[in-house]
Amino acid sequence: MILDSKIPEGYSLAEVWDNHKFNVKLVNPANKRKYDIIVVGTGLAGASAAATFGELGYNVKAFCFQDSPRRAHSIAAQGGINAAKNYQNDGDSVFRLFYDTIKGGDYRSREANVYRLAQVSVNIIDQCVAQGVPFARDYGGLLANRSFGGAQVSRTFYARGQTGQQLLLGAYSALNRQIAYGKVKMYPRTEMLDLVVVDGKARGIVVRNLITGKVESHSAHAVVLATGGYGNVFFLSTNAMGSNATAGWRAHKKGALFANPCFTQIHPTCIPVSGGYQSKLTLMSESLRNDGRVWVPKTVEIAQRLRKGEITVNDIPEGDRDYYLERKYPAFGNLVPRDVASRNAKLVCDEGRGVGSSGLAVYLDFADAIKRDGQPAIAAKYGNLFEMYQKITDENPYERPMRIYPAVHYTMGGLWVDYNLMTTVPGLYAAGECNFSDHGANRLGASALMQGLADGYFVLPYTIGDYLAKMPYDKVPTDHPAFVEAEQSVKDMTDRLLSIKGKRTVDDFHKELGQIMWDYCGMARNAEGLAFAKQAIRKLREEFWKDVKVTGVNEELNQTLEKAHRVADFLELGELMVTDALHREESCGGHFREEYQTPENEALRDDENFAYVAAWEFTGVNGEPKLHKEELKFENVKLTQRSYK
Amino acid sequence: MDLTLRVWRQKDRNAAGALVTYPVKGISPDMSFLEMLDVLNEDLLIRGEEPIAFDHDCREGICGMCSLFINGRAHGPEKGTTTCQLHMRHFKDGDTITIEPWRAAAFPVHKDLVVDRSAFDRIQQAGGYISVNTGGVPDANAIPIPKSVADKAFDAATCIQCGACVAACKNASAMLFVSAKVSQLALLPQGKTERKTRVENMVAQMDKEGFGACTNTGACAAECPVGISLENINMLRSEYILAKATSENL
Amino acid sequence: MSWFTKTFSSTIGRKIVMSITGLFLCSFLVVHLIGNLQLLASDGGDAFNVYSAFMGTNKVIRFMELILVLGFVFHIYDAIVLTRRNKSARPIDYAEQRPQENSTWSSRNMGLLGTVILVFLIIHLYNFFVPARFGGLDTVSIDNEVYDNLYAEVIYAFSQWWYVLIYVLSMIALAYHLIHGFQSAFQTLGLDHKKYTPFIQKFGYAFSILVCLGFAAIPLYVFFFF
Repeated sequence: MILDSKIPEGYSLAEVWDNHKFNVKLVNPANKRKYDIIVVGTGLAGASAAATFGELGYNVKAFCFQDSPRRAHSIAAQGGINAAKNYQNDGDSVFRLFYDTIKGGDYRSREANVYRLAQVSVNIIDQCVAQGVPFARDYGGLLANRSFGGAQVSRTFYARGQTGQQLLLGAYSALNRQIAYGKVKMYPRTEMLDLVVVDGKARGIVVRNLITGKVESHSAHAVVLATGGYGNVFFLSTNAMGSNATAGWRAHKKGALFANPCFTQIHPTCIPVSGGYQSKLTLMSESLRNDGRVWVPKTVEIAQRLRKGEITVNDIPEGDRDYYLERKYPAFGNLVPRDVASRNAKLVCDEGRGVGSSGLAVYLDFADAIKRDGQPAIAAKYGNLFEMYQKITDENPYERPMRIYPAVHYTMGGLWVDYNLMTTVPGLYAAGECNFSDHGANRLGASALMQGLADGYFVLPYTIGDYLAKMPYDKVPTDHPAFVEAEQSVKDMTDRLLSIKGKRTVDDFHKELGQIMWDYCGMARNAEGLAFAKQAIRKLREEFWKDVKVTGVNEELNQTLEKAHRVADFLELGELMVTDALHREESCGGHFREEYQTPENEALRDDENFAYVAAWEFTGVNGEPKLHKEELKFENVKLTQRSYK
Repeated sequence: MDLTLRVWRQKDRNAAGALVTYPVKGISPDMSFLEMLDVLNEDLLIRGEEPIAFDHDCREGICGMCSLFINGRAHGPEKGTTTCQLHMRHFKDGDTITIEPWRAAAFPVHKDLVVDRSAFDRIQQAGGYISVNTGGVPDANAIPIPKSVADKAFDAATCIQCGACVAACKNASAMLFVSAKVSQLALLPQGKTERKTRVENMVAQMDKEGFGACTNTGACAAECPVGISLENINMLRSEYILAKATSENL
Repeated sequence: MSWFTKTFSSTIGRKIVMSITGLFLCSFLVVHLIGNLQLLASDGGDAFNVYSAFMGTNKVIRFMELILVLGFVFHIYDAIVLTRRNKSARPIDYAEQRPQENSTWSSRNMGLLGTVILVFLIIHLYNFFVPARFGGLDTVSIDNEVYDNLYAEVIYAFSQWWYVLIYVLSMIALAYHLIHGFQSAFQTLGLDHKKYTPFIQKFGYAFSILVCLGFAAIPLYVFFFF
C-alpha cells in the first residue's frame, strides 16, 4: 500500500487549499438528498460536521454513546481556541500560527494540513459568534484574547474557563436545528461496534443500542468517525469515563491504517492521584503556570520527612526548595512547553523528591504571586481553579502550594487520513482528535478545539462532496451479506464476553493495562521497557479473554458489557502504541525515548531517519502490524532543535 | 468510613423499582461520590450481582451526565456541586445515604439510577439555536456586544443540562433549564431575530413534554450546580409575554 | 385552538392569569380592609351599615363584584389545573426529601394555604355576604332610613371564640399565601429589575403582614374589648 496524502501539487502553501476547493467535484444541490452520511461522535468535530452536512442537504445519521450529543468530552476543554485573527495587532498571521503549530508538533505533521488549519481558524471564530457563542469581550464590546501555552502572541479566544463547553453548545445548537428540520437523525445512547465495508468502500456501521442491547445496521454512502482520542488506554487520564477507541479501532481492523499511535500528550498540571480507587484525573488549566512556581524539596531526605508527615510544606525553608524548572530553563522557567514540564516532574519524582503521600507530585506555589499581587488579584485570575482544587483535595491553595502531577490528556496519533481527511478505507473519514493529522508529536494549547471545528465546519463539507460526487446513488440494503456478517461478529463478541464468567472485573484489567502503559509507554520510554510491556499486554489480553467477568445479559442497559467491549479494544491498541514507540528510535514531542536525548536530557530528534508518519496496518490480533511510511516534506519551515534554556 | 446505602434499583422502564440496602466499608474521605459507587459496583460484580447503573462521564462537573438525588437533594448536600464533584468527606462514618434517580414524568427511568433526559434535547431542537448556516457569516467583531451583556449571556449559557432543576422542583418544572437557553440567545444581538418564535416554540415543547408549571419556589436555582439564576426565568416570561402579544404566529 | 387559548392554557399563561387575578384580589383586600375598619368606629355601627348598604346597591360596585367573582374563579380554577398537572409531572415521589434546604415553606404550600383561605371564604360568605345580599338580617334605622344591621351580625359572630379563632388562623394562612404570592406575581409577569425587585419584595412582605394583621385585629378587638 502506498500512502498518498493527496496534497495538490504545484501550488504555494497559501494556495493549496483554495485551489483544492475549486478542483474538488461538487454534488448538485438537488442530488445531495440522494446521499446518506453517517457521523459517529458528536463532539466539536462530529456535531459541526453533521450539522453542516445537513445544511448542505445530505441525509445525516449521527451517533453518540452519551445520552445527549452535547455531553461529548469536547465540553470539558478549558483554555480556549486559537485563531489567526490578529485582532490584537501583535504580529499574528496565518503563517505564524502555522509555524508555531508545526514547530510545537516537533516537525512531525504535514505542512499543507497545518496551513489549512491556520487558514480556516479565522472562519471558525466568525461562525461561532454568529451562533451565539458568548466569547469573552472587552469593555468596548469587541472580542478579547489571551496568550496561551507560551505563545508569543495573544490569539486565543476564550469563554472564561469553559471554552470547550461554549463551542460545543454552539455546534450542538446547529445540530439541533438540523435535527428539527429532519436532515439529521440523531441516535444517542448508541455505540458503533463495527464498520461495514462493501466492495472496498465504507458503506455503513453496526451499532448497539445501549438501552435495549439491540444490534442494528445503518447503511450510508460515507462514514465519518469523530470519536475522539484514545487516552483512556491509560485508565487514568483527563478524558471522560466513556471516552474510548472502539469505533476507530474496529475501523482499523477493517483496513484503516493507524498513524503515530505512540504520540500521547501528558499534561503537566493535573491534580495528583490520591488512591487506588481513583477513576479519573482532573486537569488544572495551564494558565496557572503563568504565576505559580514549580518546586520540590532539594533532598530526598526532606521529601521523605514531608511524606511521613514529620514536617509540613511551610516548614521547608527557601534554601531547601528546588525550583527545578527555573534552574534548568532560565529563559522560559515555569512556562516551558507541556512535554518538557511533564518530563521534569517525572524526573524529580523518580529521584525520590516527589511530595504528597504517594511521592508522585510536585508543588505549584503561589505564595510569591500572592505576596507580589495580593490575594484578590490572584483570586480574580484563578479563583475558580483554586476552588475546584480545594473541592477535590480539601486543601486551600492560598495557604499551601498546590500539588500537581502530569496526566494523560490528548492523543496526537489516530487514524491515518489524507488531505481530504479520508482514511485508507475509501468513504471512511476521520475528524478531530480521532485522526492523526495536524499536531505532529505534540499539540499546542488551544489547538484541539480549533482542529475539531476546522475539520467539521470547513474541511469535510468540501472534501466529502468530492468523494460522493463519484458515488452511485443506490444504497446498500442492510441485509447485504457484509452487514449480516458484521452484525454477527458483534453478536459473537458480545456472547463471548458474556460467556467467560471469569473472576476478574473489566476495570481490574483496565487498571492493570493502564499501569503497564503508564510505566513503560508514558512520559519516558526505553527499548527494554517497551519490549517488556508488549509481552505484558499480550499476556494480559490473553488473561482477559479467559478470566473476565461480565454480568447481566446483552438485551438490557449493561454498563459492564459496554466497558468490556471498550477494554477489549484498548488491550489491542495498547500493544500497537508500544510497538510504535519501540520502532520510533528518536525522541520527539510527547514521545521521549531515554536512549535518545541530548546531554542536557532534552528530546533528541532524528530527522534523517524518522521524519515520517508511521501508519500501521492491522494483520491480526496477535500478528505483527505492518508499517507504512508517509515521508514528511518540510519546504516552508526549517527544522530546528527546540531549546528553552 | 463505613456507610449504609439505600439505592433505587429498577430493572427497566416498565418494571417497578424499590430501594435496596447495601453496606459499604472502608470508604476514603478523598473519594468522590461516584468512586464510592464504583467501589460498591466492583464488590457487587465479584459477588456475581448486577452492578448499579448510573449515568456519568466527564467526572469533572461539566458534561452534565451525572445525576442522583442524594439524601433528599439533587446532586447531594454540597452547594454548587455536581454529584461527580461531591466528595465523601462531606459524609460521616456510619451515615445512611439514600440514592434515588431524578423523579419526573418527563424523565422516565431507564434502569436503576439512569433516567431518560431526551425531553431536554427535544426542547432545544424546538428553537434553542440561531439559524445560521456554516459560512457566509459576518466578521466576529462586526457587531460589538457590551461586556455586561456578553457576560450575562455567558452566565446563562453555562447550564450543563443535567436536570437538577427539574429534580429539585416540587412541580418537576423545567423552567430554569428552558430559560437559560432563551435568555442567552435573547440577550445577544445575533439571537434577537428569532427571539419570538424561539420562546413560543420552546415553551410549547416544554409543556408538551409533561413538565410541571413553575411556582417560583426557587428550589431549582438553589440546587443548580452551576448557579443558573432565577433572573433567567423572569426573562423567559417577559420574552414569552412579548412574543405572545406581538408575534404574528397564530 | 386559537393563539389566545393556546397562550392562556400554557403553563406560563395560566400562571399569568393567576398572577393578574392574584394582584387584583390583593387590591380587593385593601378595599375590604378599609371598609372593615369602620367596625371600630364608636357610632354603634352606623357608618358600617351605611357603607355596607352602599356596597350592596351601587352599580359600579356591583359590576366590580362580578369581576371579583371572576377573579376568584379564574385564580382557583387555574390553581387546580396547575396543581393537578404538577402532581402528574412527578408520579413517583422521592423516598427522602429535604426541600427546606432550597425553598421556603410558604412557596411550597400555596395550594394548601389557598385551600384554607377558600374554606374560610365559604364560611365567611355564608355568614355575612349571603344574609346581607339575600335577606335575613335585622334592620336598623339610621337618620330615618332603614338599613340592614350587618354590624350586629358581625359583632355577634366576633363574640364567639371559635369564630375568632378560625378567622385569625385564616388570616395567618392568608399572610403566608401573600408573602410568597405577592412578589411571585411580579416574577410571573416577568417584571424583574435589579433596582426595583428588592423593593417589590420588601413591599410585598410588609403588605402581607400589615393587611392580614389589620383583618385579624378587628375580631380580636371586638372579642376582647366589646
